[in-house]
Amino acid sequence: MAKFAKKKDGDLPAVSTASLPDIVFMLLFFFMTVTTMKDSSLLVQNTLPNATEIKKLEKKDRVIYIYVGKPTREYQSVYGTEPKIQLNDKFASVEEIGSYILAERAKKPQELQNVLTTALKVDKNANMGLISDIKQELRKVNALKVNYTTYEGNAFNNLQ
Amino acid sequence: MPRRKGAPEVNAGSMADIAFLLLIFFLVTTTIETDAGLDRMLPPIEPPDTDVVIKQKNIFTVNINRNGQLLVEEELMDLRNLRDAAIAFLDNGGDGTCNYCRGRKNASSSDNPTKAIISLKNDRETKYKTYITVQNELVGAYNDLRNREAQRLFGRDFVDMEAEFLNPETPSAIRDDLKPKVKRIQDLFPQKLSEAETSSN
Repeated sequence: MAKFAKKKDGDLPAVSTASLPDIVFMLLFFFMTVTTMKDSSLLVQNTLPNATEIKKLEKKDRVIYIYVGKPTREYQSVYGTEPKIQLNDKFASVEEIGSYILAERAKKPQELQNVLTTALKVDKNANMGLISDIKQELRKVNALKVNYTTYEGNAFNNLQ
Repeated sequence: MPRRKGAPEVNAGSMADIAFLLLIFFLVTTTIETDAGLDRMLPPIEPPDTDVVIKQKNIFTVNINRNGQLLVEEELMDLRNLRDAAIAFLDNGGDGTCNYCRGRKNASSSDNPTKAIISLKNDRETKYKTYITVQNELVGAYNDLRNREAQRLFGRDFVDMEAEFLNPETPSAIRDDLKPKVKRIQDLFPQKLSEAETSSN
């Protein structure tokens, strides 16, 4: 019976960590595939209002974004605290919206140029005067389909 | 000195560390976002060739002032009552041509849902959040009525049907089936929401 050497009591067998890289890689690949890099960093404060009757914006390639809001704190000394328009990565005036829309539209493939939506991401404390000016500019370049981007939530929370 | 057999094995113990580093990078930069919001169509800039005369009773005027107060049909109204007021106006069916309306058939309110127009006017200093809330309530009024008709005709909600129709992942056979249904409900209560230019005073 000497073949059955008695195990030394006391020390537990170590848990194999050989599959740890595999698990981590799996997670890594998941996050790599779902990641979308932000294409423009926000220069304005952008707290969207809430709404309930919302529709999802399908197909990101058919959307042109316009941001409106107060400049963030680091830009307030230069640009003041009145709500401003942000197109791509810089502040813009109302007159520049038309050419921006046309330029963005020209970048898209031919078959998408007529089905583009303009997503207005407007801070909830902006004034409607600026929004009306933007809408007027959009009408001039015939970009009539707009989406007021909002969060999902009770609309009456906006008023508090 | 005797050579050791084979090449020495590379230590893969730090592989997990490297992978963790990458993982944390992607975790931090990830934004899983789907944008959603209120879809609206702006009116074309060219005015229509013929001036259409619209009876005053077919227009439901909503004015928002700079303090966020509502003036609906010349009367001050709380925002919470707007949806019901809009539903009552759209669903009125004053001239009796609308056989699916369940409104009061008030002769001094709208004739038919297809003729009823909601006119929204706001001040330049109105806050955007107030405007969105009003828009939300008005769109909600249309959706409530459309849901009611869709429930009656097809046994499901209109909003649900439309979302399935617009979803690009829906098989095209189902979409072709939904298209006439969605169109039919939309024609029963067409969204006629006119936005006048803002007033500056």
